[in-house]
Amino acid sequence: MRRRTSRLVLGGAVFLCLLPFGTFAQAPPAAGTAVASEVQDRIAKLEQQVADARSSGDNAWMLVSAALVLMMTGPGLALFYGGLVRKKNVLATMMQSFILMALITLLWALFGYSLVFHEGSRFLGNLGYGVLHGVGAAPNADYAATIPQQTFMVYQLMFAIITPALICGAFAERMKFSAMLLFMVLWSILVYDPMAHMVWGKGGLLNASWGGAFPTLDFAGGTVVHVTSGVSALVCALYMGKRLGFPKEPIPPHSVVLSVVGACLLWVGWFGFNAGSALAAGSLATSAFVATHFGAAAAALGWATAEWYAKGKASVLGAISGAVAGLVAITPAAGFVGPMSALVIGAAAGVGCYLMVTKVKSKFGYDDSLDAFGVHGAGGSLGALLTGVFAVKAINPIFKNAQGAASAVGLIDGNAAQVLNQLVGIAMAWGLAAVGTLVILKIVDVTVGLRVSEEQEVQGLDLSQHGEEGYNLEV
Amino acid sequence: MKKIEAIVQPSRFDAVKSALQEVGVEGMTVSEVRGHGRQKGHTEVYRGSEYTVDLLPKIKVEMVVADSRKDSAIQAILRAAKTGKIGDGKIFVTNIDEAVRIRNEDRGETAL
Repeated sequence: MRRRTSRLVLGGAVFLCLLPFGTFAQAPPAAGTAVASEVQDRIAKLEQQVADARSSGDNAWMLVSAALVLMMTGPGLALFYGGLVRKKNVLATMMQSFILMALITLLWALFGYSLVFHEGSRFLGNLGYGVLHGVGAAPNADYAATIPQQTFMVYQLMFAIITPALICGAFAERMKFSAMLLFMVLWSILVYDPMAHMVWGKGGLLNASWGGAFPTLDFAGGTVVHVTSGVSALVCALYMGKRLGFPKEPIPPHSVVLSVVGACLLWVGWFGFNAGSALAAGSLATSAFVATHFGAAAAALGWATAEWYAKGKASVLGAISGAVAGLVAITPAAGFVGPMSALVIGAAAGVGCYLMVTKVKSKFGYDDSLDAFGVHGAGGSLGALLTGVFAVKAINPIFKNAQGAASAVGLIDGNAAQVLNQLVGIAMAWGLAAVGTLVILKIVDVTVGLRVSEEQEVQGLDLSQHGEEGYNLEV
Repeated sequence: MKKIEAIVQPSRFDAVKSALQEVGVEGMTVSEVRGHGRQKGHTEVYRGSEYTVDLLPKIKVEMVVADSRKDSAIQAILRAAKTGKIGDGKIFVTNIDEAVRIRNEDRGETAL
């Protein structure tokens, strides 16, 4: 509707523009010039209105997307993880997601946004946007020319929130609350901010939009969010050790019901995560939306099928885990691949992550309690790799040749070398996450102490860390 | 007076309650419990590993009856709860020393 109206308006403006030349060609010069400049003013105003209308659509979508991504953390992830732990730890697990919504916001506002999105070095931004100085209603054309920079900032904040929250899956049911808070502050600064800057920040080493040295295609954060958090999760699980009783005692979820609700909120929220990464409400957002959904669907079927074949029954937990794995894998690819490729990526993630959390985890015996590494680390790496395979210029002409024409993007497009670039980005994420996390764990261990005491672990974190019980259902 | 404790399958409980009412037993205390005798549990799967759940849900019905009612109560429970399969449950009988109705302080069999 808006398009047709604006076209009519524009057509009318052009007509008005030509009118003086038709009807006033014989008129005295002074009158003709006055009308011409008035018409110029009107055209300028109309152009502004068209731009405003477009901005309005983009901004509306981006604000909704930001809300959707926040919803992924709370209550999406809180419910997903909360349902998977034992009853005595449900509140503590949910609190880990919830408190990050608050804590990361503070860090982001003070300096986080600046470290990621201001120009600085190839590895980190400087503090030019510290305390959000200069981040207001005016767009930042480097990132998103049609929305206020403040919208872009708050959208990106939701990513900064959910990324550390994912790591909590690895050390569920045994980390001290105080230790987690300190860990997350340090991780956010030392791992997330540099990685996000390298991939998304102007001048970043891995930035595909601005000719970074190793352009890594990562539409919505496969490497930045999932690989970093997943690998960090693995390091945490290995460093902190297993829960008491693992793996001899079975530690089943206390409420897969909560996890199903959480997983569905994650699926819906992910449209904001991926389609919102188009940073505008145009056809690229649609393409990413569709790819996201198709990836989730194929992966859910993939995991369920694999489990049905291997175990004789398709579990509900498996189906929802499959969907999440697919969403993780499609994250870097969403705005670069076609819908059919999305199905393939999803299916691969569904089966691949199923094998990771059943075969690989039990083979190596680490206690990645809620499969943060198996789903996010492995799924993210696989997705980032497959992005290099399936990305095509027909969907997103991100690479231009010397003449300014779109050039091949991924392997099936004719640019097999992109797979190597993806590997560099993935390796960077692995390296930064592993080393950074190890250092941070050591610091926190030495200062605050990472793990709760045995007694506290047996009593449950809800009581020992927060003095609360999740369910007071007795009369 | 005798206390009868019957542990039965949850799916048989409604029938047991009706059968007891038919023979005149109206007071009872019902609780949801978990347990097992010789019945094997079931296996569940979590992340590809199987584990056995051997504490199974049951219903425990407790009632205190006059000595003369004991046999008819037991017969009623057996009729309603028995399926012939392992897991049907058990009935235990103990002696009761005293019974008091709180409302009017009746004692003995009149309190039942």
